[in-house]
Amino acid sequence: MELLLLLGMPAAGAVTLGFLGARRYAPELNAVFGSGTFLAACALTARVIRHGNLLLGREQFFIDPFNVFLVTLTAFVGFTTSLFARPYMRVEMEHGRITAGRLRLYHSMYQLFTLTMLVALTTNNMGLLWVAMEAATLSTVLLVTLYRTAASLEAGWKYFILCGVGIAQALFGTILLYFAAEKVLGAEGVTALLWTHLDAVKTQLEPAVLALAFVFLLVGYGTKVGLAPLHNWLPDAHAEGPTPISAVLSGLLLNVAIYAVIRCKVLVEGPLQSALPSRMLMGFGLLSVVLAAFFLWRQRDIKRLFAYSSIEHMGIIAFAFGMGGPVANFAALLHMTVHSLTKSAIFFTVGHAAQKAGSQLMDDIRGLITLSPTIGWGLMVGSLAILGMPPFGVFASEFLILTTAMKQQPWATPILVVALGVAFAAIFGRVQPMVFGETSARRLPHAPALLPVFTHLAIVLVLGLYVPPYLAQWYRAAAHLIGGR
Amino acid sequence: MAHTTFDLQLLNACAALLLLLSFAMLSQRRVVTLVNLLAVQGGLLAVATLLLAWRTGQHHLYFSAALTVALKAAFLPWLLHRLIRRLEVYWDTEPLLNISGTMLMGLLIVVFAFGLAQPITQLASTTTRSAIGIAVSVILLAFLMMITRRKAMSQVVGFLSMENGLFFGAMSATYGMPMVVELGVALDVLVAMLVLGVFFFQIREQFDSLDLHHLESLKEHD
Repeated sequence: MELLLLLGMPAAGAVTLGFLGARRYAPELNAVFGSGTFLAACALTARVIRHGNLLLGREQFFIDPFNVFLVTLTAFVGFTTSLFARPYMRVEMEHGRITAGRLRLYHSMYQLFTLTMLVALTTNNMGLLWVAMEAATLSTVLLVTLYRTAASLEAGWKYFILCGVGIAQALFGTILLYFAAEKVLGAEGVTALLWTHLDAVKTQLEPAVLALAFVFLLVGYGTKVGLAPLHNWLPDAHAEGPTPISAVLSGLLLNVAIYAVIRCKVLVEGPLQSALPSRMLMGFGLLSVVLAAFFLWRQRDIKRLFAYSSIEHMGIIAFAFGMGGPVANFAALLHMTVHSLTKSAIFFTVGHAAQKAGSQLMDDIRGLITLSPTIGWGLMVGSLAILGMPPFGVFASEFLILTTAMKQQPWATPILVVALGVAFAAIFGRVQPMVFGETSARRLPHAPALLPVFTHLAIVLVLGLYVPPYLAQWYRAAAHLIGGR
Repeated sequence: MAHTTFDLQLLNACAALLLLLSFAMLSQRRVVTLVNLLAVQGGLLAVATLLLAWRTGQHHLYFSAALTVALKAAFLPWLLHRLIRRLEVYWDTEPLLNISGTMLMGLLIVVFAFGLAQPITQLASTTTRSAIGIAVSVILLAFLMMITRRKAMSQVVGFLSMENGLFFGAMSATYGMPMVVELGVALDVLVAMLVLGVFFFQIREQFDSLDLHHLESLKEHD
């Protein structure tokens, strides 16, 4: 019931806004559907707290500790982003960057995008997971090109082709997985792609095929995670699309993609009896962290800067999952949560800052704090949080990851520390003059929505000091499920 | 396989033709012919699915054969032809690698693909397992085509050919995926092509051409 509501809400939203998305009250309607989805997610969470794992809809859907908090997080950030987009998109319209027709496209596709992510998170069927991931790409391609500028079209094309080819690899991986499973589970029932069934018989699956399947799945979904060297589409798509889309791509889609990778890793790791999945994840993760840290220095566009920061954090998460074990997994799950909240909050402030300065180039954005102290402080605090300053949640998770790395993979620790330091200097050095100094900002026709920014940052702060017991319990259960070591 | 029945021979012939078509696509620069080749590939795939359905008696394969004919042999080529006419893109420019070089690369790729498929082929219990290597070749050749072409339209044909290869692989290794997944994949491909149609017009409107060298300005600045 709750699940039906959870998936029905954005589906209804997509249809309704497909008709009414250009109306004057459409942004509010978008937020209403967002809040409905969030409430449904809360109801689902409450049910999981009461009853434990759920297997629904003829076993096609499955809720366990690993995805329940991601569902809530996705619905929550989806809701707050719609609140942020309310004034943001109105300002864009008054600046003449989009027309009413495109606003309708935006609203409808935004709901559809939420739907695809929620399906990807809740489905138990590895084939449906693939379908939902591809649908998530498709629903956002036209949003990346919403401004129809030359740069945005290029970004959209890159996004479409790179993610399309990447996801085709994942389909091949899924076929191989089915091939391995079908021998054990039989082709007659449709159970051979259901994750719960696969998990139950995983030790009987053929290791050689699984290894091959995992390589394809990792490369395929890894393209969507933005792991280097498959990250090329990510900065472009983040920088050229409208800011609400940057926020949800960075804060949510990357999480969902890494979720898909880890689900596959759980299936493959046990039967393989080798460290291949862990090593690959650590390798890709470390490469992403290092590459992103150095690319940060060369950025001039503020949204590209934070897009590269997302690649860096996805690298950290992949590395932590690669190390495995209860502590590293726990830290990676916490990092997924706090990165999602912090990065979307940063994109909210960045969006308004760019509107105020009339440019996304960092050299043109100056002295935010004089004209709009809330945006200035929001950007400053958000940046400090994402850079891993205590007492924010990112510090807690990065600290856990680093200390685990010292114990388990001492060779990697100096690389990680140096990369984090380089990233700190790059981002802080850029943000500081944007916030302080002579102002270049102007007033906006609609008051920016800053409630989402500070709500997110407050949650991140709380998570840095105190993780609520049921959340910690989910993290622990999920960390146990993911295993490794 | 000392004694192969007639229908299995037919299936193998289909597989061989699919590979041949991939090479034909690789060497073809005329976009209209490229789309026709893609349609033939889709048709062959449907014939192969039908043969397999008849041979194994798996009913869901009849559905997917029908789906393949409708989508890959008829609707998508029709859509692409329409786009070509409306956008007037008939020729691809010289590919990044000349044709003979591409063909040689293609040969190497086929050898590599059969090597890659070896462990799967050994484990497969289906009668069509010898075709798995061909399916992997088709996928990789389509990949090569996407890399070497400059026009957006040829890249899309490469993308669809890759999807055909994946479908053929799923069929020859496991007699097809579960119906719900196959339907989902078909839906995604359909939507992808519709999105692309819209997208092409946007690119055209902006650049007056579908040549992808216009789309190379977003790079890291030095």
